[in-house]
Amino acid sequence: MEWLDNYWSTYNTLVYSIGVHALLALSIWLTLACGLLSLANAAFMGIGAYVSALLSLQAGWPFAAVLAAAGVVPALVALIIGIPTLRLSGVYLAMATLAFGEVVRIIVLNLEITGGPEGLNGIPQSTQGWHILAILAFTIYGLARLRRSRVGRAFESIREDDVAASLMGIDVARHKLFAFVLGATIAGVAGGLNAHFTFFISPREYGFENAVDILTMAILGGIGSLVGPMRGATILTLLPELLRFLHEFRGVFNGIVLVLVVLFLPKGLWEPRRIKALFARGGRA
Amino acid sequence: MLAISKLGKHFGGLSVLEDVSFDVPAGGIFGLIGPNGAGKTTVFNLITGLLKPSAGNISFEGRDLAGLAPHSVTRLGIARTFQNIRIFKEMTLLENVMIGMHQHLAYGPVALFLNSPACRAAEAEARQRALELLSWVRLDHRAEMLADNLSYGDQRKLEFARALATKPRLLLLDEPVAGMNPAEKTVLMEEIRNICQRGFGVFLIEHDMRFVMGLCDRVAVLNFGRIIAEGSPDEIRNNPDVIEAYLGREDEGQAS
Repeated sequence: MEWLDNYWSTYNTLVYSIGVHALLALSIWLTLACGLLSLANAAFMGIGAYVSALLSLQAGWPFAAVLAAAGVVPALVALIIGIPTLRLSGVYLAMATLAFGEVVRIIVLNLEITGGPEGLNGIPQSTQGWHILAILAFTIYGLARLRRSRVGRAFESIREDDVAASLMGIDVARHKLFAFVLGATIAGVAGGLNAHFTFFISPREYGFENAVDILTMAILGGIGSLVGPMRGATILTLLPELLRFLHEFRGVFNGIVLVLVVLFLPKGLWEPRRIKALFARGGRA
Repeated sequence: MLAISKLGKHFGGLSVLEDVSFDVPAGGIFGLIGPNGAGKTTVFNLITGLLKPSAGNISFEGRDLAGLAPHSVTRLGIARTFQNIRIFKEMTLLENVMIGMHQHLAYGPVALFLNSPACRAAEAEARQRALELLSWVRLDHRAEMLADNLSYGDQRKLEFARALATKPRLLLLDEPVAGMNPAEKTVLMEEIRNICQRGFGVFLIEHDMRFVMGLCDRVAVLNFGRIIAEGSPDEIRNNPDVIEAYLGREDEGQAS
């Protein structure tokens, strides 16, 4: 079994990354499910990462409490910025959340406690594989329950037509805020998990590029199901490893993928419902 | 049931409604007619909270609707359909109707997460009820179909069922037969009568005179933002102001 150990020691970070990216893609799925294009999730991830790292390094909190804080603090921030910004729609919301992300990055870059541009070093490597697996499973189960409930239906109706949804008795603003805050929580926990296996974090990891990466994962996989974002996260985590020969041009690839998907596969790589509907149409015609 | 008094709405300098007053009685079918651009849809948008009145007030069963958000108006018991049908096209018929039940599905987050028996029972009951509502408009055999695949007339019927799912006491229909062919119009007329017979109050906007006259118990006429007549269909038919608004003024010599 020596080869397995070798294999694991080489690739465990990659496997962990897939799990964390899957959580991030699911976090943006929530807002996309309501038709909101929010690009704040990288910033929420960053807040979760820094809060948890500081609590581990400076306050010595136990890991479970650290992870809880990594979820709660971004949720509170999301609550505060969500109330004014979620009234915006389309590209305006994207701009507002992007600006928020920049504000967070610049604050982290300039504070002393966050280590400025050098970031934080020596974060205890408390994250184990099963932590990620358990949290991912819990998140998927919770979101799957949500999707099949009145809340999930309300999200979908808001995405299709928020005026019609409000006239069906759905409090549109509250549902949007709920999706935004829950997404921030998941992204924050993902940040906390990530910080505790990479040993080191810096403001560079939570900027614009990462916001777009998270979005690309969800869109590439397809937001019509929960499997979609996870599929996208897996592909986009593995691709850079396979494309190592492209060196610094690897980053270009994600952009190209996003453009191609939006142009040719607006529903993502795989949209079972469309296909089912096609059969239903054919069968009844 | 629904009392509108001295309602006014202007967009900037453009006055769309002025001093509009009428009462929609409980039960029966009430029609608001008027030429295109008379301000009929604006009246609905003001009632349902999509627009805020510039003057006057609207009360429903004695409750003032001023400043209420659209979802709160719906929760008080007013549902509506749209002139340009606004169903959720990417959802199945069943899901469309279940959206209307949103406010009546009461289960907490814990019950939802644990998939508790109470939560499952509530969902199953809502499904049953949605199927029943679809059967009212004879669409239950297509419950699992995507709404996008329905014909225009059937989409309108789905919109009726979805609106009824909110358990309204008053149903607002915005030009329910706009763009329908004569056969579809006849079917919809029947559906609206059925809805009324089941005890829902109906308030509809229309400019197809024949449709309104054959269906409504009481009619108000809106022209250039003002109510110019109100009464039974027969009274309206013979009202000179209404004839003038619809057909233009008759020449003295040609009067028959």
